Amino acid sequence: MVVGELQNKNLGIASIGDDYAAQYGFHDAEDYFHKSPKGLSHEVVEMISRLKNEPEWMTKFRHEALDIFLAKPMPQWGNTELLNSIDFSDIHYYVRPTEKQGRSWDEVPENIKKTFDRLGIPEAERKFLAGVSAQYESEVVYHSLKEDLRKQGIIFLDMDGGLREHPEIVRKYFSTVIPPSDNKFAALNSAVWSGGSFIYVPPGVDVKIPLQAYFRINAENMGQFERTLIIADKGSRVHYIEGCTAPVYSTNSLHSAVVELIALEGAYIRYTTIQNWSHNIFNLVTKRAMAHAGATVEWVDGNLGSRLTMKYPCVYLVGEGARGEILSIALAGDGQHQDAGAKVIHAAPRTSSRITSKSISKAGGRASYRGLVKIYPHAHDCRVSVECDALLIDGASRSDTYPTMEIDAERVRVEHEARVSKIAEEQLFYLTSRGLTEDEARLLIINGFIEPFTKELPMEYAVELNRLIELEMEGSVG
Amino acid sequence: MSDRKNVFAFYDIHVEIEGKEVVKGVTLEIKPGEKHAIMGPNGSGKSSLANALAGHPNYRITSGQAYLAGKNLLELDATERARAGLFLAFQYPLAIPGVTVANFLRTAIKASGGDEERLKNFRKELLEKFKLLDIDHSFAARYLNDGFSGGEKKRIEILQMAMLKPLVAILDETDSGLDIDALKIVSHGINTFAHKDGGVLLVTHYQRILNYVKPDRIHVMMDGRIVRSGGPELALQLEEQGYDWLKIEPAGVGGR
Repeated sequence: MVVGELQNKNLGIASIGDDYAAQYGFHDAEDYFHKSPKGLSHEVVEMISRLKNEPEWMTKFRHEALDIFLAKPMPQWGNTELLNSIDFSDIHYYVRPTEKQGRSWDEVPENIKKTFDRLGIPEAERKFLAGVSAQYESEVVYHSLKEDLRKQGIIFLDMDGGLREHPEIVRKYFSTVIPPSDNKFAALNSAVWSGGSFIYVPPGVDVKIPLQAYFRINAENMGQFERTLIIADKGSRVHYIEGCTAPVYSTNSLHSAVVELIALEGAYIRYTTIQNWSHNIFNLVTKRAMAHAGATVEWVDGNLGSRLTMKYPCVYLVGEGARGEILSIALAGDGQHQDAGAKVIHAAPRTSSRITSKSISKAGGRASYRGLVKIYPHAHDCRVSVECDALLIDGASRSDTYPTMEIDAERVRVEHEARVSKIAEEQLFYLTSRGLTEDEARLLIINGFIEPFTKELPMEYAVELNRLIELEMEGSVG
Repeated sequence: MSDRKNVFAFYDIHVEIEGKEVVKGVTLEIKPGEKHAIMGPNGSGKSSLANALAGHPNYRITSGQAYLAGKNLLELDATERARAGLFLAFQYPLAIPGVTVANFLRTAIKASGGDEERLKNFRKELLEKFKLLDIDHSFAARYLNDGFSGGEKKRIEILQMAMLKPLVAILDETDSGLDIDALKIVSHGINTFAHKDGGVLLVTHYQRILNYVKPDRIHVMMDGRIVRSGGPELALQLEEQGYDWLKIEPAGVGGR
């Protein structure tokens, strides 16, 4: 059966398992598991791969990754206390899409629904965001967009679909930026990945509108172990937007995604993420980009919610004249630790990078900036600019910076600035004397603080983000 | 006082900062459209008076009364005083990085209960005021006071006054740091405001601005008290003779 036919019948990948069952003699799809049993083993990995009907090399890749995961110790840095509290045997590593879509709106917690209301997110989108079955498929917008992309030769699929329909491209690039051995969580993702986006932009093609994850619906968008691969071929341009400002509700407590970007000569990729996880989530993500000669990669990364986030978007500047930019904000509230930052590796001459990190800590939350800039000896004439700005809303909150610079080349210009600030009483008085309440004044100052970030977002996201921060700040100050 | 429409009046105001009394009983009444100036040397308590009246939390009013349009200001916090129609132009306006002048003004108008109609005409009104105060349009998109020169900040304070349309404006040393051209423009803004029935309390220690903003009354403040009040001629006398001759005068003349 051809996958295109499947989609035409509105079955989508949710039915892949059914197809597999029919082909290989499972008579009743219901007999097959909807959820993998708790815990991680080679059997589980084998089942996931077989269920998806993957090629042999991917199955092998998963098994090898699992061995690496099992052998690797937990990282000895970051919030080790929280990391060590993860019980890997208490997690379902695969949940079939049908199962997820079966969740009803009634099961979504009241506070999440309320936030949707207040953010003014349309009904259909809310259900999608909350993990309730998606209804976008019939939408005209979505179809015409898909047709447009197809005409330009742009491939935009979920990762599983990418592997099925374009195995040669996937095999060439998959895991070349982030090998399973990179870190324990990358290994975990490699073993059990599911969902995520696959994008290929042909040489010279400029994708005019941002590609957004929620355009592709009939897929596992919010997987625990998403795997995204974007390849921008020579001279092409693409902007991808992941997530949204609405809280992502999930019953799963561990999310560990891997995102690989490859910008070939002269290409441009911007990857925008705004994530607002529910407060029980461990969000441990590996994001890395390879920028070839003259290419530009920009990570725009917003982190809200979660219990612990550890995320350091990285750019490898491997070709002369490549440019990397990482712009991030983190908001850490009560009981939260946002350990976020950036990594840039200058591995070619005349490359440049800019890191701008902004964090807000409130109500006892903790925001850490952790960054690495490395310049190899042959990478002369590089430029680096790092700016870390932390804003503390109250005395109970905490901010730390762990910047590392390893510079082994000559003729390098490095600028580094780090600031921790509090909202000054005089600033509050100034704004209250103009009729704002103290809470309104604080919010205005905070919105101003993150303005360098929000101005890079598409308008609707910027508006949502500001409103979201307003909700987050409610009751926590004043 | 509650029967007197839009009058700004305070009686026997005493102000303490960090336990030290810096204003020792000051009384004034400003009617709509009236311009008053408080003059005095450094440390005479005039800025403390201005900040205390606007509700600065560090300036404690220990006794006295203050009313605006019949509202008892001392029962209100800074936000509520602003919403009641009191405006303070700061001596040292603060920067709010990331917040544009236009966005800030829109937020402030909304906060003070500006209706839909006002917000709809916001852009047009802002451009008019820019013209009135000879401010370049590019300031609408610049971050409030962030990297502004001293003179630019003062001009933006007057812009805020013009946009927020308070009943009364206390201008704390708005003239300091202005060159003569800027002084004329700022004065024009103040006169326009007063002409539309705004009450003005100008706090300054230079006579210079009074060449352009002709006050109805001048009050001389020394050591926390008003030691003399008079008409515009008092300013000239101060210009010629300085403050010293007043030091021997008995304190507590007060009022008008």
